[in-house]
Parts: sequence; C-alpha cells; structure tokens
Amino acid sequence: MTFRIVVLAKQVPDTRNVGKDAMKADGTVNRAALPAIFNPEDLNALEMALRMKDSIPGAEVVVVSMGPGRAAEIIREAMYRGADRGFLVTDRKFAGSDTLATSYALSLAVKKLEPFHVLIAGRQAIDGDTAQVGPQTAEKLGLPQITYAEELVSIDTQKVIIRRRLERGVETVKAPLPVCITVHGSAPSCRPRNAKLVMKYKHARTTTELQEETRDYTELRHERPWLQITEWSVEDLQAETDKLGLAGSPTKVKKIDNVVLQHKESKVLTAADNDIDWLMKKLISSHIIG
Amino acid sequence: MANFYTDNPALKFQLSHPLMEKIVKLRELNYADREKYDYAPVDFEDAIDSYDKVLEIIGEICAEIIAPNADEVDKVGPKIVNNEVIYARGTQENLEALRKAGLIGMSLPRQYGGLNFSMIPYVMAAEIVSRADAGFANIWGLQDCAETIHEFASDEIKNEFLPRFPKGATAAMDLTEPDAGSDLQAVQLKATPDPDGKTWRLNGVKRFITNGDADISLVLARSEEGTTDARGLSLFLYDRTSKAVTIRRIENKLGIKGSPTCELVFNNAPALLIGDRKMGLIKYVMSLMNSARLGVGAQSVGIAEAAYREALKYAYEREQFGKAIINYPAVYEMITWMKVRIDAMRALLYETTRFVDVYKAYNLVAEHRKLDTDERNEQKNYQKLADMYTPLLKLTASEYCNQIAYDALQVHGGTGFMKDFPIERIYRDARITSIYEGTSQLQVVAAIRGVTTGVYLKAMHDYEARPVMPEMEYLKTILMDMTKEYEEAVRWVEATNNAELLDFHARRLVEMAANIIMGYLLLIDAQQNNEFTKSAEIFITRAQAENKQKWVFIRNFDLKQMGNYKVFIP
Repeated sequence: MTFRIVVLAKQVPDTRNVGKDAMKADGTVNRAALPAIFNPEDLNALEMALRMKDSIPGAEVVVVSMGPGRAAEIIREAMYRGADRGFLVTDRKFAGSDTLATSYALSLAVKKLEPFHVLIAGRQAIDGDTAQVGPQTAEKLGLPQITYAEELVSIDTQKVIIRRRLERGVETVKAPLPVCITVHGSAPSCRPRNAKLVMKYKHARTTTELQEETRDYTELRHERPWLQITEWSVEDLQAETDKLGLAGSPTKVKKIDNVVLQHKESKVLTAADNDIDWLMKKLISSHIIG
Repeated sequence: MANFYTDNPALKFQLSHPLMEKIVKLRELNYADREKYDYAPVDFEDAIDSYDKVLEIIGEICAEIIAPNADEVDKVGPKIVNNEVIYARGTQENLEALRKAGLIGMSLPRQYGGLNFSMIPYVMAAEIVSRADAGFANIWGLQDCAETIHEFASDEIKNEFLPRFPKGATAAMDLTEPDAGSDLQAVQLKATPDPDGKTWRLNGVKRFITNGDADISLVLARSEEGTTDARGLSLFLYDRTSKAVTIRRIENKLGIKGSPTCELVFNNAPALLIGDRKMGLIKYVMSLMNSARLGVGAQSVGIAEAAYREALKYAYEREQFGKAIINYPAVYEMITWMKVRIDAMRALLYETTRFVDVYKAYNLVAEHRKLDTDERNEQKNYQKLADMYTPLLKLTASEYCNQIAYDALQVHGGTGFMKDFPIERIYRDARITSIYEGTSQLQVVAAIRGVTTGVYLKAMHDYEARPVMPEMEYLKTILMDMTKEYEEAVRWVEATNNAELLDFHARRLVEMAANIIMGYLLLIDAQQNNEFTKSAEIFITRAQAENKQKWVFIRNFDLKQMGNYKVFIP
C-alpha cells in the first residue's frame, strides 16, 4: 500500500504586499488588486510533507486545493517542488463557504483519497487567519490532530513524532497514523522549484484550463498521464448542497471596521545609544523580548 | 518576489534570436529524448519555454537568496579547518538552494542527470548569478569542468564522475603554479604512472586555485619526463575523497572574497588521465579556457548590471542643490553610458555564446551519427567564429565591467568610498575580470589573429548585408565608414611588415574591430526591439569618434617613436 500524504493548500491574495487599493470601501478584500499566491504556511506544510516523502521510500504527496479554476496554479507550484499529483475542488456552489462549509467539502475530497496516512496543512491562511479549517477537517474525518507543528522529528509507517511551537515553549508529541497535522510558519521554509520538475509538470492542466489553451498538447497528455489535474465538483464529492457555500455557512460578518494607523503611534529612533537603550527597555518591559 | 531574470527583459530577448531554433534542434537531437525522459522538451517552442521557466527559478534564487547573502559572504569568507575549506554560511546556503533546484550540471546530457541545456540559458544563468554575487558565480560556474570531462574523458570516467555534478559536486581547474601563470607551458607539477597503468600519482604545488578544495579537480601536470614545453603536459582528474592534497593557504584577495583561492600541495595524489597523454594543454585546457573566458564575459556583464543598478538607484535618491543628481548632465551621461555599454557587451556575449553553442551542439550530434560535409563545414565555421569572438568578448566585457564599476562608484561620491553601500564590493569584485583566465593583454594576443586573418572583417561584411529600417540607415552608413577606416588601419600596420609594431598597435586594432562588431549587433537588435534603438545610436556615434582617435594615433605614429616607449627596458 502506497504511503500517502495529503496536503491541503490554498491560493490566497498576497496580503503581505498590500497597496492602498487592497481593501474595498465596504471593508472586504479587493482580490483583483492583490496577486494570488500559495498560502505561506501551506508551503511550510508542503515542505514537511516532502520531508516525510524523502524518508519513506515510495511515499506519494497528493495536493488538494479548493477554490476557483485558477487555483490550479498552486497545484502546479506544489508539483514543481515535489508533489506527485493534485486535485482541485472547484464548483460555483462552493462560493461563499466559511470554515465549516469548507472543511465539510475538503473532508469529502480527502475521504476519496483514503487510505492515506497523513493529512497536513498550514496552520492558517493569510486571508482569513482563522486556523480552523485543518482541525475542523480532522474532526469530520475522526483523525487525531497535531497543530502548530514546527519540526518533523521522525516518521515511519506507523507513527509520527512532531515538535510543536507553543506560545511559551515547545512540545514534542507522538501520534499514530493516520493523523492530521497543521504546520506553523516557523517550520522550515519550502524548497525551491526544481528545474526538472518544472519541465515535467509545466503542462499539467485541469480539464477546464485545457479548453483555454492555445496549443494542442492532446498527444502529449496521452503520453504523459501525470499532466492531468483532476477537478472535483459538488457532484463528484456527492456533497449535500445545503451544507455548502453561503447556505452552509453559519458565520455571518456583522461589521467591518477600517483601522487606520496614525503617525502618532510611531516613534522615530536613530542608531544612537540612548535610543537603542530606550527601545530595549521598552521591549523588555512589554515582554516582547527577554 | 524579486527576480533577476524577469526584471531584465534584455535577457529573454536573447531567447528569441533566429539562430536558437537551429541550436536547440541540434542540441536536442531532433527532440529524441522525448520518449526517454519525462522532462525532455517535445519541440522548439516547448524547449524555449523550459529555458524561460528554469531561468525564472534562477532569477528568483539569485534575488531572494544569493544577493542578500553577498555582503556577509564577502565579509566572512571561507576558512580552512582541518585541511578542509569551509565556505561562509551564505555560500553553503546558496549552493544548497541551487542544488535542490537542480541547477548544477545544466548543460550536461540527461543520461548523466543534467538538463541538456544549450549554452545560451547556461551563460544567461552565469550572468544572473554574477549580478547577485560575483565571487559565488565562480564556485557555481566551475561546473564548466563537467563539460570538459564530458567532451574528452573516457566513458568509464564519464559514467563515474558526471552524475555527481547534478547531485551537487563542486569542481576546480588546477592550472596555475608559482612559476606558471600566463605561461602555462612552464607547468611543473609532476605526474607519474602507477604500475597498474590506470592510476597516476601527482606531486607538486598549484597556486591561485579557485575553489581549490573542490570535490572534483582537473589538474594540469607534466606526465612526460624530461620535457619542458606544452607537449609534455596532460590533464588529470583528482577526486577529493582521496585526501592526498594539503591546502596550504587561502589567499587574502581584493575582491571575490567569498570564492576560496587556494595554494595546494599534491602529495602523491592518485589521479586519472583525461583523454590522451600530451594533449593536456594543447587541446583540453585550451577548450576549458575558452569556456572559462566565456564565463568571465558573462560574469563581467553581470557585475556591470549590478553596478549600473546601484548607481541608478543612488542617482534617483541622492539630492544635491535641491534636486536628485540624476538630473545633472555629468551624472545622467555617466549612467546612460553605463547602460549603453552593458547593452553592447551583452549583445557580444550572446552572439559569442551562439557561435559556441552551434559548434558544441554539432559535437554532440557527432557522438550519435556522422556529420555530412555541409554540417562539418558549418561546424568549422562556427568554431572559428567562436574562437575569435571569445577573446574579443573577454577583453571588451571585462574592461567595460571595470569602467562601469568605476563610474558607478563615482556616482555615489564620498558615500561610495565607504563600506556602507554594495557598490564598494562590486567595485572590488570587478577588478579581477580583466586579469584572470588570461589578462586583457593576453586576450589581445589571441584576438589580433581575428584582425590579421580577416575573420572580424568578414563578420562585419555579413552584418552589413542584413536589412535595416530606413530611419536607421544612417547608423549603418557610419558603421560602413568605420569598417573602411578599420581596413585601412590594418593595411597600414601590416604594410610596415614589422611584427613589433603590430603587437604595439594590436590592442587598438582589436578594439576598433570590437567597436564595429558591437555597433552592428546593437543595430541588428534595434531592428527587432526598439528598446535598443537609443543604445545603438549612442554606441555607434561614440564608437565612431573613438575609432577615429585610434586611427589618427596609428597613422601618425612613426616607427622612430617606438624608442620613447622603451627607455625602461634594460
């Protein structure tokens, strides 16, 4: 039986590089103005998954992402770094899902990949910062979970040992497989794209994407079956539609406030000794360091 | 994310050159690997797309990892611990990133785990890495040695050592000795055959060896007892795991400090013969040197690009007399002239690379089938061009690189003289380019043959035959006049039948040729892409004035004046 590691990854707007038009007047994210990127902590999760694959001969890494058609980009990005295949959960009916509806859809998708040994994801996505989807999915699948994972200590076909990053220290835990792990941003960053893998997977497309291709690679796809990224719709997952999208999302946004940082909240420091001294004292007294 | 490939469209432009289709088709043996390797391209378009995407990875690693590490690598540098060279932490991180990304052994065939890339993307990668950190570019660029092993070693050696490169093996070429620098014929390191007839033993000293403690070293040694010239030298492969070399010291250099320059003592070190005995210097090192010179060309363009960008940034930021200094003629002329020279040297770099690419690709084809007469003639022609363009490039690019680094520091004023900005490191790093792998003076010795045999003149006439848009005809007219003037100058010097006078004026004649060739290359680029139009106009008009100055000096030079230059000769 192939040792299977399933990675959950999300394409997110790059909120780290926000310009002045990053937010709309109503306080929601202006997705069009921000480049779409691989959620940073999901990259940490992918790296941990690839390290598991490195230490277990024959293991495979499968990426599952939920989102609009263009989210296939991050599945390719994962393949360029070592993932073996990918699935895109995509359907208009998923639109507007909160964490509960998302984890419901993802749990159905992951179930289709059983038997798997590890389900792994980033701790949270930078567009929502909820850190709920991983644990909720684990709960629906009845998996034990290790959150805030920082380091893969060891793994074999029966168990995994993980070091967790907690608020006031670290904790090393052991869990039987299958298990769900969510990975913290302090975990090792992801390896670069590999030249050979980029060349191997650059033509990987979903069926929807293929319809927009200018070049016909039909013959090539025949020769190279790994170029298929499978799409799963609501129907493929046999999901109950009332648990999806806005209808299936109990989270309702009541109000959004725009917080504008004022200049008075900042203090300009020079490299002079007394300024540095002041800063050190301030940082120690507010328990940021020390 | 910052990216040194995508932020410079002049690079991708080179991938669209009409000769690329031929180069890639030859290199890919008509796309035969498609069946065998899942990452092999299926056609030309696919191959170019792969080049583009892989260069993007390199561009990102350079901008995000290598360039940010450069300052610390320069300060910390490598050190010797227990007879081993330990790289600076940043150097180790750079190598690890490139290894993981699969970017070592780019031009090696796939059967050895390489990417089978043509020279163009490889040289482009070398340019980008040099822009990020010129010293590190040496360590990375020594993968050229794999090329030499591939070209000349036995299958046994190839199968054993080549697959180690893509896994991250580092390399060195051990040529220089205390008494054999420019004059490699004087190499004394001794090679004696073991009774088994396979292993050789190396004894002696090598000096100024870049990356001297590499995993795999190519060593030039005297295998024929009693000889004193080039015909007694052979090339050997030394594997570090033998642990038979003492690293005596790492040199304390002006620049490229991250790259360890070592003095080595070979203590009965076991080694394997590459190719045939006695061909070491005559054939293999000459080929290795040509690749290395092309590499320095790429490195020079990369360093110049880095210097220019630092200067431009500073000129926008720095205000004096109430406005940014970029607004003053003295500054904007300097900056523009940097950019123009970079465009010119880059055009020459990739033209040379294409020539090398075609003949090397034919070598590769010849491993699989016999070349027909036309193909053999074409290969010879491109090899001749490559051999003559390489010293021209090395000379021009390294000298421009130094001039540009000088001007870029000048734009920074007093600040540039402080150690606070990257320009001081770039300025120090630039200095070596006109010295190693053959000084500028030695490049002239090689390139003057391109003048006397008419190779450059023929190239100029070939460029002249290409169509030019009517609005740029006047530039072509200038170049045609310059060509006539150059011919006249060459005839003038040759007519004296004085070998010393030819040597005396050699650099001037070579530089006149280089100016005309770069002028044509820019003009040709400007036909495809109007980004180069201004550069072509500026370069050609300035080159015209510069060549006239040289011609006036040559024509007015009386043989009797030669004595004035020799008063210091004892």
